[in-house]
Amino acid sequence: MRPRLRVFHPIRRKVSLVSTSMSASQPPATETGTARVKRGMAEMLKGGVIMDVVTPEQAKIAEDAGAVAVMALERVPADIRAQGGVARMSDPDLIGGIVDAVSIPVMAKARIGHFVEARVLQSLGVDYVDESEVLTPADYANHIDKWAFTVPFVCGATDLGEALRRITEGAAMIRSKGEAGTGDVSNATTHMRQIRAELRKLAALPEDELYVAAKEWRAPYELVREVAATGKLPVVLFTAGGIATPADAAMMMQLGAEGVFVGSGIFKSGDPAKRAEAIVKATTFHDDPDMLAKVSRGLGDAMVGINVDDVPEPHRLAERGW
Amino acid sequence: MNARPTIGVLALQGDVREHAAALERAGATAVPVRTPDELARVDGLVLPGGESTTMSRLLVTFELLEPVRQRLAAGMPAYGSCAGMILLARTVLDGRPDQEQLDALDVVVRRNAFGRQVDSFEADLAVAGAGDEPVHAVFIRAPWVEKAGEDVEVLARVPHTAEAGDAADRIVAVRQGRVLATAFHPELTGDDRVHRLLVGIAEEDVDLEER
Repeated sequence: MRPRLRVFHPIRRKVSLVSTSMSASQPPATETGTARVKRGMAEMLKGGVIMDVVTPEQAKIAEDAGAVAVMALERVPADIRAQGGVARMSDPDLIGGIVDAVSIPVMAKARIGHFVEARVLQSLGVDYVDESEVLTPADYANHIDKWAFTVPFVCGATDLGEALRRITEGAAMIRSKGEAGTGDVSNATTHMRQIRAELRKLAALPEDELYVAAKEWRAPYELVREVAATGKLPVVLFTAGGIATPADAAMMMQLGAEGVFVGSGIFKSGDPAKRAEAIVKATTFHDDPDMLAKVSRGLGDAMVGINVDDVPEPHRLAERGW
Repeated sequence: MNARPTIGVLALQGDVREHAAALERAGATAVPVRTPDELARVDGLVLPGGESTTMSRLLVTFELLEPVRQRLAAGMPAYGSCAGMILLARTVLDGRPDQEQLDALDVVVRRNAFGRQVDSFEADLAVAGAGDEPVHAVFIRAPWVEKAGEDVEVLARVPHTAEAGDAADRIVAVRQGRVLATAFHPELTGDDRVHRLLVGIAEEDVDLEER
């Protein structure tokens, strides 16, 4: 039996959007599920690669290759796309099997707005919940109230406003969206550049224009003001969707991602173990072309992929969420 | 005479930037270390928080493991937080069988000892050498020190409270000679006292060299 530190706490809404250092009021002796431990967990994943896995065996391959975490799901996005139908949270047995198979953190996906799937995932002991557009949304108006959970959440965003709205709802980590399951990195670059450009624009605004900026980005003024002052999101920003090669991962890091999610790109390729390891190395040495050339050799076939332009608009996953 | 020491942050993966910022505030020049050449230029090294199995693997892949071990054996000042503590330890429990140890601290560390992420927590701790004010400690899937050798100085333990359960009194900060380690992450709170301890150790060397 693992010893546990469990502290009962009611639903936690008091967490301020504005990061504070040491507050004047005395906190209780120990606290779980705070914004700091949720966001801090994502800080520890920086510079790393999080890999989609559908079986305990794949999870082990990912861990062996140096993944900082695995994302447990039933089908990788490429198969969800190919097979169609409603994509839901994975079977608890499968998630439990993956949790038991590896010692690195395990993430799992819940449908947008499906707070009960998220409760189940928290109960299974997953370390991060991805409220993901790759699954079929469960609610087309509301995302999950993520402050109400002890487990932290990562959410996707195509632009700054979407990122800020997810952070307002309690997301402790943001990933730029790409077009998952295609192996086409073009949407990932578009969205990462968009978010970074809007961050630069916001940081350059005079204070009296921040009110209108908050209105335009449909985000709370307090959060907009904080981001304008620091020039960065208050949570870690990863990239996801369509990353299939070490060079893709390195490019996304150079564009400002703090780490990389790789979905179908690894286990839909010719030699997953080798490709996984190469993407890990490329993420660390993303600014060193000699190293990238070295790690990109002899990887076998990349996933075949689909051009995003060939995906009919109603089937584009990145456009889910708002 | 305080010459500003150059302290590296192992930059294979993890919260490198937070450590670099804390070191700069604590009076050091912080530089990333990914290669043996970069390691050779630093007066001390921080092993950041992150995923210890990933860092261990990349230390081997990028041929840094032996150079770091040699520098540590030769007395390089070092500090590891969380995953860094695991790497510095002689022995790790609940790690991967192929996980490499830097063997700079005579301790047995248990990985993820407090549980999974839902068990991650914050608490105030008294840390020896960091002054009278408690340190606000952030524990994230943190390890603890299960056993410490005779030459290891215990700097902090989990407070003995009812809610701490089995975690009460566990060792979470240590020093052996010129090497420090914490199970928690002072780099996340803006409290630079632990980093100042490291910079202080490194300054002693720099001053000696300049004399």
